[in-house]
Amino acid sequence: MKIVVCLKQTFDTEAKIVINADGQIERKGVSLIMNPYDEFAVEEGLKLKGKDGEVTVVTATGPEGQDALRQALAMGADKAILVDPGRADIDEFTTATILAKAIAGLEYDLIIGGFRAIDDGSAQVAGRVAEILGLPVVNVVTKLEVADGKAVATREIEGGSEVIEVPLPAVITAQKGLNEPRYPSMKGIMQAKKKPMQKTTAAELGLDEAALAPKVKALSFTLPSARAAGRLVPGEAPEAARELARLLREEAKII
Amino acid sequence: MTKGIWVVVEQRDGEIKKVTYELLSEGRKVADQLGEELAAVLLGSGVSDKAASLGEYGADKVYVADNAALANYTTDGYTNVLAALAQKYEPYAILLGCTSNGRDLAAQVAQRLSTGLMSDCIGMELADGQLAFTRPIYAGKALVKACCPDARPVMATIRPNIFAVESAAKTAGVIAEDADPGAIRQVVKEVIKQESTRPELTEANVIVSGGRGMKAPENFSVLEELADVLGAAVGASRAAVDAGWISHSFQVGQTGKTVTPTLYIACGISGAIQHLAGMSSSKCIVAVNKDPEANIFKVADYGIVGDLFEVVPLLKEELKKIMA
Repeated sequence: MKIVVCLKQTFDTEAKIVINADGQIERKGVSLIMNPYDEFAVEEGLKLKGKDGEVTVVTATGPEGQDALRQALAMGADKAILVDPGRADIDEFTTATILAKAIAGLEYDLIIGGFRAIDDGSAQVAGRVAEILGLPVVNVVTKLEVADGKAVATREIEGGSEVIEVPLPAVITAQKGLNEPRYPSMKGIMQAKKKPMQKTTAAELGLDEAALAPKVKALSFTLPSARAAGRLVPGEAPEAARELARLLREEAKII
Repeated sequence: MTKGIWVVVEQRDGEIKKVTYELLSEGRKVADQLGEELAAVLLGSGVSDKAASLGEYGADKVYVADNAALANYTTDGYTNVLAALAQKYEPYAILLGCTSNGRDLAAQVAQRLSTGLMSDCIGMELADGQLAFTRPIYAGKALVKACCPDARPVMATIRPNIFAVESAAKTAGVIAEDADPGAIRQVVKEVIKQESTRPELTEANVIVSGGRGMKAPENFSVLEELADVLGAAVGASRAAVDAGWISHSFQVGQTGKTVTPTLYIACGISGAIQHLAGMSSSKCIVAVNKDPEANIFKVADYGIVGDLFEVVPLLKEELKKIMA
């Protein structure tokens, strides 16, 4: 089976966020990782591709994104494509437009991505890609079976889950629980260096300024106000519990 | 004068979810400021009799697409209908709850209409005469205020439990729509409901959460008993989920759910940045932890340094007394 995995590089989950003098999120000095949800997507692709299959990983970012692609190659993906948007002001519409254009030129049975990225948390790029390519989508998937030209996916919903069947090719987005992503082996890391990585630009794919113009505009970035330090309720457990119950009722007035 | 603010009704099995009323209530305010009408859009099967009640929360109008093919939520069926209605009426803005279905539907419709979508918003305001939304990024470590300057409709999904529900004695005009759900490629084979009498995490007013300090899966019963006294949901930190003590659907944090309950009780949770990202906008945070240096105490309104297995049952009894 031929599988395309969309991924992106994000800030490390432990990264501290700083707003710089220009009012933008400071990117310098931040360690980057593959978006954790995209790791589930890569792993699922590797599990499903089969003997004669192929996993192609695609990202729409500047050259810094190639580390995440290399990691995917080291995990076992076969080839990688990096498309530089060529502009900084990109939104989900722009990213999806680029990814869909890059994928449209490939052969595929299945497209997988993380259901959201931990940086912008938008959870919309894969869905938009499906819409552009005219493919069915199932989001937030924790279990996936593919057979006979169909995907049967378990999708997480509030208070439960649903089992959804879609014809292939389809777009699936991965939720935690889908699998346990493998760590790249030493051999994998060595092999990754020899695997093909195509670097191109949105312009080279034939997307002009108008096609890439974002729909959403950021007006300002702020840091959330720190929570006021609370207080410890003193005493041994029985007194502390009694006092806490009283505070929740009389002071916080929420019980 | 543009063409209205729409709130897409979130319903399951004909039961309208609270986030719908939250969006209508807040939508009413901005609609009034803009001199717009506020419309609810209700999609489903056998749901028409629910339509008029939406006026009680501020809707001027309700567009209803009542169709057997919309009985279950499917991405294609709901996208086809909502996008067709949006093309017919050209609203200024479409608001949805940031729920599994709302998030799914919003992305498809936004792309079909070639417009922008701001996800998981926690604030809505008018800035220079247009709708602007505030949303957390980096799992709440930063906020961005954004707008959609040119493309229409402006679309946003809004996190549940952010806006207050307010009643408005409006009589909503109900308009039946026969938009075609079209060919639906998603076949719903099965719907599996978790057997729980507790509220869903993202909708819960009170959450009792456990972390590494729970030590074993069976110990979550201690939290469940407290949760039942409070009508609360049970949650967990990544440490507890990764240890295999509880399913990932209970995880609160950067790689789990983001919650904003009125009261969040963190038991045996150290307060890693990844967990704080998911719960630090709770209105009141209580922490119970053995370690007085635990990070969770830096964000907690009230803390008790002690053994959760001793404190939580005592707290349950005290609350029971108070609430009796």
